[in-house]
Amino acid sequence: MIQKMLGTAACALLVSLAGAAQAEGKIVISNWDGYMPAELLENFTKETGIEAEMTVHATNEEIMGKVVASGGKGYDVLFVSGQFGEALHKLGLAAELDHGNIPNLANLYPEAMELSHDVGLKYSVPYAWGTTGLCYRSDLVKAEPTSWNDLLKPSDDLKGKTTMLATDRWLMMPALLSLGYSINTVDEAEVAKAKELLIETKKTLLSYDDTTFYTKLVSAEAHLVEAWDGWCNYGIAENADIKYVIPQEGSDMWVDTMVVTSSSENKAAAEAFINYILKPDVHRWVAENILYKVPNKAAMDSLDPALVTQYPNLGISPAELLKFEQLRDLGDGQKLWSKTVTEITAN
Amino acid sequence: MVLSRRIVLTGPGIAWIVALLVIPCLLILGNSFFERGVYGGIDYIFTLENYARAADPLYAAVFWNSAQVAGITTLISLLVGYPAAYCIAQMNPRRQLACLILVMLPLWSNYLIRTYAWMVMLNNEGLINRVLIGAGLIDAPLPLLYNDFAIIIGLTYGYMPFMILALFSSISKLGPDLREASTDLGASAFTTFRRVTLPLTLPGIAAGSVFVFVLSVGNFVTPDLLGGGKRTMLGNLIYDQFLTARDWPFGSAIAAIVVFIMMALLTAQAIIVNRRSREDGEAGQ
Repeated sequence: MIQKMLGTAACALLVSLAGAAQAEGKIVISNWDGYMPAELLENFTKETGIEAEMTVHATNEEIMGKVVASGGKGYDVLFVSGQFGEALHKLGLAAELDHGNIPNLANLYPEAMELSHDVGLKYSVPYAWGTTGLCYRSDLVKAEPTSWNDLLKPSDDLKGKTTMLATDRWLMMPALLSLGYSINTVDEAEVAKAKELLIETKKTLLSYDDTTFYTKLVSAEAHLVEAWDGWCNYGIAENADIKYVIPQEGSDMWVDTMVVTSSSENKAAAEAFINYILKPDVHRWVAENILYKVPNKAAMDSLDPALVTQYPNLGISPAELLKFEQLRDLGDGQKLWSKTVTEITAN
Repeated sequence: MVLSRRIVLTGPGIAWIVALLVIPCLLILGNSFFERGVYGGIDYIFTLENYARAADPLYAAVFWNSAQVAGITTLISLLVGYPAAYCIAQMNPRRQLACLILVMLPLWSNYLIRTYAWMVMLNNEGLINRVLIGAGLIDAPLPLLYNDFAIIIGLTYGYMPFMILALFSSISKLGPDLREASTDLGASAFTTFRRVTLPLTLPGIAAGSVFVFVLSVGNFVTPDLLGGGKRTMLGNLIYDQFLTARDWPFGSAIAAIVVFIMMALLTAQAIIVNRRSREDGEAGQ
């Protein structure tokens, strides 16, 4: 029975890998579920004649696992966060982009060409960007939060009503910022300090949560959560009392990027897809649909001002974003980080 | 002739197990002796470092915590599942079938969806708390979700069918004759259960307990969702090493250690059951 169940699991894995196998002349794109308007691919095919198929991943980690295992075969365009794009590049799994095939790069903010993980956008093109901060119920908190310490050392009325992001990088980030360290530090003493703080914080948390934190705000199960700005907007859409703030100690500047795999057999078509996304009206449609900022000046300039009024964090300017450090791949420091996170969550 | 028929009949099953169980396990074992590449992936340089890292007391604590949670889950499943399986085994065939279908019914829907359903039931604004507050039994919501209690509830609910089915197959083989003989010889109902029924259904108890324990110890969805990510179990640890840390060699080393420990436990269990049944056989003669 156990063997059978393990066998079934392995079989399901094979099927899902096979499902990504591409047909001739078709490009296969993997994006987060719900991170792109549903009709976008259809419109792309209508306009360019290129067939495109969409697969979804729940997390950066999931698509990295698949791509590293298969060498990227079966995928043409991957949507991953910058630091994962960086890892793909260093593993030789990301293709060098031919900017001649992507003339719409000219629509991007100049700042978007200077991303620290990939200056000049040699192998990745930014799709959306933003900050990580505090998302809260302004009608339920006693005082408006201003600092990461409002989450890390919550007042008594907030104990048991806060959540933090579960993925290692964002789990550690509030403590590192609060202590004034780099969010990419691999210094053992600094990481240990952050760990001590987070072990104390854990006792006050409702949960670690990467996926349902905004619904917890809507249901009032949580009053204050660590959140990505765009995802906080989904809460605001359901309850106007939900607000977003970047704490005074700062944030990270995260960038979700599009990467063409080095194993892609349709590289020109993959680049045509990226070029299509960067068209001002398409990228504006993306921003309106997913409620995340896009790094496209032409698109953001034509964004409906009413949206920015409703979702103020859409108005954060590129100059403000660039004040913050970007998450970078930790290289060998990852071992220290993952052990530290285990020490926190197993404590 | 007999030999070739044996090969034909067992061949597909053996091929299945070799291709989808033995080979993957050997790959995991192999990976555990290499180094993690600086950016993930595997550098094929032999090392024992992964096992040295796994010897850290931190991971022993995770193992112990997981064993506790899985052990409690197994115990509750057994205590609840045994009477249920016993009752079902006594029913007439038609009702038996209906009950067995009911036991298996939850397995027809996705585990993740059933886990989310528990979140809806158990949270502070959830069904149970609302009913209790509405009835005036409590003033503030009980902390039912995001703790070990919720994890154990979720695991017990999820894996109870395996326990009941394993026990049922063992109990239903037991005819009424031995129990009647025991009663005729003057044993009380409790003594009959303790000296006759229980020993004879021990293989079912062992099988069901192993199912529930092994499935629980490796589960990572339930601790994440119902435990709120605040309890790292073995499944989470291995999952995190493979996905979040992209440290396949270290994840493989932990997985290999878990497989070895499980194999040792299963072997020990098989030896005990074997010896017990041999002793019983000798005592009977």
